[in-house]
Amino acid sequence: MIVGSIVAIETRNLLSAVISVAAVGFALSVAFLFLGAPDIAITQLVVEVLVLIILIRGTILLDNTAVESHRDTLAVVTSLIFFGLVLGFGAMIFGGRGFPEFGEPVMRVSRVYVHTGLPATHCANIVTSVILDFRAYDTMGEATVLFTSILGALALLRRDGKKKEGEVVAA
Amino acid sequence: MKGMTVIVKTITDFVVGFIVVFGAYIVLYGHLTPGGGFAGGVIIACAFILTMLAHGKDVAFSKLPEKVAHVADSGGALVFLLIGWFGVTVGFFFMNTFGRGEVFRLLSSGMILPLNIAIAFKVASSLFLVFSALAIFRRRSFRAMIEDELA
Amino acid sequence: MTVYFLCIVLLTMGLYCLVAKKNIVKKVLGIVIMDYAVNLYLIIVGYKSGGVAPIIEPDMPAATLERFVDPLPQAMVLTSIVIGLGVLSLMVAMCIRLYEKHGTFDMSVISKLRG
Repeated sequence: MIVGSIVAIETRNLLSAVISVAAVGFALSVAFLFLGAPDIAITQLVVEVLVLIILIRGTILLDNTAVESHRDTLAVVTSLIFFGLVLGFGAMIFGGRGFPEFGEPVMRVSRVYVHTGLPATHCANIVTSVILDFRAYDTMGEATVLFTSILGALALLRRDGKKKEGEVVAA
Repeated sequence: MKGMTVIVKTITDFVVGFIVVFGAYIVLYGHLTPGGGFAGGVIIACAFILTMLAHGKDVAFSKLPEKVAHVADSGGALVFLLIGWFGVTVGFFFMNTFGRGEVFRLLSSGMILPLNIAIAFKVASSLFLVFSALAIFRRRSFRAMIEDELA
Repeated sequence: MTVYFLCIVLLTMGLYCLVAKKNIVKKVLGIVIMDYAVNLYLIIVGYKSGGVAPIIEPDMPAATLERFVDPLPQAMVLTSIVIGLGVLSLMVAMCIRLYEKHGTFDMSVISKLRG
C-alpha cells in the first residue's frame, strides 16, 4: 500500500498515478477483510471501482496527461523536514500512554450495541443495526452530505443553460 | 460515439442483469449478511454505468431515464426522512416502530429493511447521474474544442 | 503501535501530495489517500485480536459475542467511504471545469492567469 501511494505521488503520468491509487484502495479492501470487517471490504471494493472509473474519465482523454515538473533542492529538503516532523509527532502521540494497544479496543459503548443489538432490533448484522437503528441520525446526515455533493457536481457539470445560450446569441 | 465493439456489448447485455440481481441481494439481505444499502446501491449504479460505457448514453438513458433517476435520488432521501418522522408518531425520531418480525428472516428487524432500500435507491441513482453528467460534459467540451481548432 | 505508525505514514504521504504538488489531479489523489489512511486507522482502532466479524449467526454460542470486533467504527467508516466518493466526484467536476476554463491542470499557471 505504501509503495503504491509513493508511486502514485511521484509518477509523472497522471493515468498511472490514478491506477496506483486504485491499487492502494484494493489493498485497503483486503486489509479490511483481514481486520474483521466484511461490510467495509465490500463497500470499499465497489467504491474503488467507481473511483477508478470517475478519475480516469476525468483525467485521461484530456490533452496533457503528463506532469511537467522541475524540482529544486530547497523543496526536497523542506519536504524531508516536513516528513520527519509529522512522523515524529505521530510517534509521540501513539507511543504515549492512554492509547489502546493494537488488538484491545476500548469497547465501552459498543459492548451495549453488541449485546443488545439482536434483542432490540432483531437484526443479525450488528453494523447495519448500528448505522440504521442506534445511529440513524448519523446516516441521515450522511445522506444529506451525499445529496449535497452530488447536487454540486451536477450544477457544475450541467449542460448549456438558457442563460449561456442567450449570452452567445447576444454576442 | 456509439459504444464499444460487439464483443463488449454482448457480454455487457449478458452480465448486467446478474449485477443488478446481486446488488438487490446485497441490499435486501443487508441486515442478515455483510452488505447493506450503500454497497448494494453502488453495485446497482455500477451496472448502469457499465451499460453506459459499453453502449453509449442513449441506451443507458433508455434503460434508466434521467427524470426517473432524479426522482429516485430525491425520493430515496425523502422516504428516509419520512420513515424517521414516522417514529415521532409513537415516540421519538427514528424510533423502530415497525413489526420486528422473526429473527433471521428476510422480513424482520423493523425499519432497517425499508431504510436500506431507500438508501440503495438514493446512492444508485445519484452516482449514475454524476457519471452521466461527467461523460456527457466531456464529450461536449471536446467537440467544442475541436470546433475551436478548426475555426 | 507499529500498525498505527503505518497509518501515519500513509496520512503524511497524502498530506505531502496535497500540499507540495502543483497538479490539481495530484492534489485530489492526495485527498483520496488521506481518506484511505483515516478509514484504515478507524478500523484498526476497533480491531480485537482473534476477533470475528460482528454478524450473529443462528446457532452460535453466546461466548462468541465477546470476540466480536468493535462495530461502531465500522459503521462510521461505512458512511465515510460513500461520502468520500461523493466528495471525489465533486472535486473531479471542479477539476474538469478548471481545465475547460484554463486549458491546464497546473495550479501555478491557473493562479497566474487570474484577471
